[in-house]
Amino acid sequence: MTGTIQNREAFLSGIASQLGREQKTQVKKPIWKHQPQRAVLAGASADELLDVLRKQCEHIHTELIETKLADLSETLDNAVKLYGGGPLSLWKDKRFEEYGLMQLIESDWPAENIEVHTWQAELGGRNVELAEQANIGITFSDMTLAESGTVVLLSSSDKGRSVSLLPTNYIAIIPKSTLVPRITQAADLIRRNIDKGEQVPSCINFITGPSNSADIEMNLVIGVHGPVKAAYIVIEDC
Amino acid sequence: MSMKFSTKNFTDRTKDNISDDFMRQAVAGAQERLHGRRLDAAEELGNWEEWRSHGEEIRQHVLENLDFYLHQLSENVSQRGGHVFFAKTAEEASNYVREVVEKKEGKKVVKSKSMVTEEINLNTVLEEAGCEVIETDLGEYILQIDDHDPPSHIVAPALHKNREQIREVFEDKLDYKNTSKPEELALHAREKLRQEFLAADIGITGCNFAIAETGSISLVTNEGNARLVSALPKTQITVMGMERIVPSFEEFEVLVSLLTRSAVGQKLTSYVTALTGPKGEGDADGPEEFHLVIVDNGRSEILGTEFQSILQCIRCAACVNVCPVYRHIGGHSYGSIYSGPIGAVLSPLLGGYDDFKELPFASTLCGACTDACPVKIPLHELLHTHRQIIVEEEGRAPISEKLAMKAFGIGASSNPLYSMGSKAASTAMKPFTKNERISKGPGPLKEWTDLREFPAVGNTRFRDWFYDQKGGN
Repeated sequence: MTGTIQNREAFLSGIASQLGREQKTQVKKPIWKHQPQRAVLAGASADELLDVLRKQCEHIHTELIETKLADLSETLDNAVKLYGGGPLSLWKDKRFEEYGLMQLIESDWPAENIEVHTWQAELGGRNVELAEQANIGITFSDMTLAESGTVVLLSSSDKGRSVSLLPTNYIAIIPKSTLVPRITQAADLIRRNIDKGEQVPSCINFITGPSNSADIEMNLVIGVHGPVKAAYIVIEDC
Repeated sequence: MSMKFSTKNFTDRTKDNISDDFMRQAVAGAQERLHGRRLDAAEELGNWEEWRSHGEEIRQHVLENLDFYLHQLSENVSQRGGHVFFAKTAEEASNYVREVVEKKEGKKVVKSKSMVTEEINLNTVLEEAGCEVIETDLGEYILQIDDHDPPSHIVAPALHKNREQIREVFEDKLDYKNTSKPEELALHAREKLRQEFLAADIGITGCNFAIAETGSISLVTNEGNARLVSALPKTQITVMGMERIVPSFEEFEVLVSLLTRSAVGQKLTSYVTALTGPKGEGDADGPEEFHLVIVDNGRSEILGTEFQSILQCIRCAACVNVCPVYRHIGGHSYGSIYSGPIGAVLSPLLGGYDDFKELPFASTLCGACTDACPVKIPLHELLHTHRQIIVEEEGRAPISEKLAMKAFGIGASSNPLYSMGSKAASTAMKPFTKNERISKGPGPLKEWTDLREFPAVGNTRFRDWFYDQKGGN
């Protein structure tokens, strides 16, 4: 269903006349004279990018935990307990299975009375309530930006916005293969997907550490409206 | 609050603020910290000038083709099921928002930080319609509960308040019992506001950049409040100044990189969110209905004029953070929600010379703002252009300047008078001089000597000294 557009023609013709010309119906974007963003960490290897991410995490109040694929389950379990256990809020994401975490999610945690809620679109608003009550939200990173220490989350009906937002703590699982130099490459990917005919997700989040504010006397307070603590678990998968 | 928030004149506002020692110290401290962080972030990139040039070329291209990009944006928002309203005036914009809220029978509105909604006086309009409107950015929340104290900085609105003042406001208005530690104050606000987010039926946001190619809007915060505002309420209304748009994600990321570095010295803030339309089919969170209000309110009249480049602004406040005048008089002296150099250029353009003609004169024209601007707006040149227009075309230079210029005109147009005046200066100033210093100056000197000393007038005139040195050759 398309939405309404009101008052457009008068508004735009006013702009064109201020600019002293007819309204434009076609504009070709120029080839930009400067493109400094492309040079940042150009050609860096996955190891080099991980090194940049490691250092950046020190500046963004985020714990970086590195693990081998075989140890991922144990590492995640330890991290969850370190941050105070359940209830947990998770995306419905086939990567939990691909990375061998289903035993932990479906058997080990419930056996230890750690409550796990996996996002289920059909539950509607109930998902949001459960995420709000959760102690830790856990998602995979769809793309990871080394320069800024950012995880990129592409929302969908299985990947709710609330999981990385409402719980008190947030853990992002980062396959090392998702590392790219910076936000430039994320923008490229989004545009490539558009070219392939895909719709842009209704919500794309670039998340860099826990929420914070310096609004009181310029003092940095970690944990304001979003998660109070954030941790990244990087899996050696390449 | 509309753009203008004070009925006092500029001199009185400045006098009030200049005697506020805490404010001046806070502003100086914030300037140093933010300025330092920006320099570090720029230095780390190594080629900051090239980044600035790229930012400038993107913004210039967008302004030259603004009608096209706004058309493309509105098409794409509509295709994704969002509603677009083009508002020529502040009233049209705020009335549209009020109508949407009334149609939805909205009672509780949560808002994330937005300068343009201040500009269109939105909170008052909604409150008059019987809505509860809650600002959720921590700084703005503090100001709102303190009986709508105006913001004093574009990025850090409550900069002028100290923690003890904030504690008192919390105690007064929120029944707060804890200490003035920022952590405890912030935690209290978190708990209070979390309940508001969950109960609100309408979320209102500003927009850092709209993305024409995809019909997206974006929000840049550290607190995460804009995410909550756009994830929880059933209806989302986003209000944007019409110039805040980029062609595609390719340019979006460059401007976000410039914004976060210039504003707070961060490579990216904690949350950068790009939202497209209402929630997708089957999504359990996100708004069911999305409205985008695109506001002109005087902006189009700037297009095609010598001031067009001011619309390149991405609201980072880097210019505010280096301005020596802002440092001393603080944000409230400007009497506009837009303070500092950007405010001194923009406020007279959007609000008129009647209310803001003093602002372009509140500048040393040192050019630090121009050097700091990540999109290369020639701010100090625009301030100078304002002055020219005010003096030459509008004929309303400040009275002191008019008198001084008149006196100088008389004195300098006659050689004997000029000669007599400059010779007499030393004698005339003698009663005010002590130990080669003037600490209580008369007339126009008073404002200066209230704060610091002025060197005594020399016994030898420059002309005589020059003649002696060079022997008149």
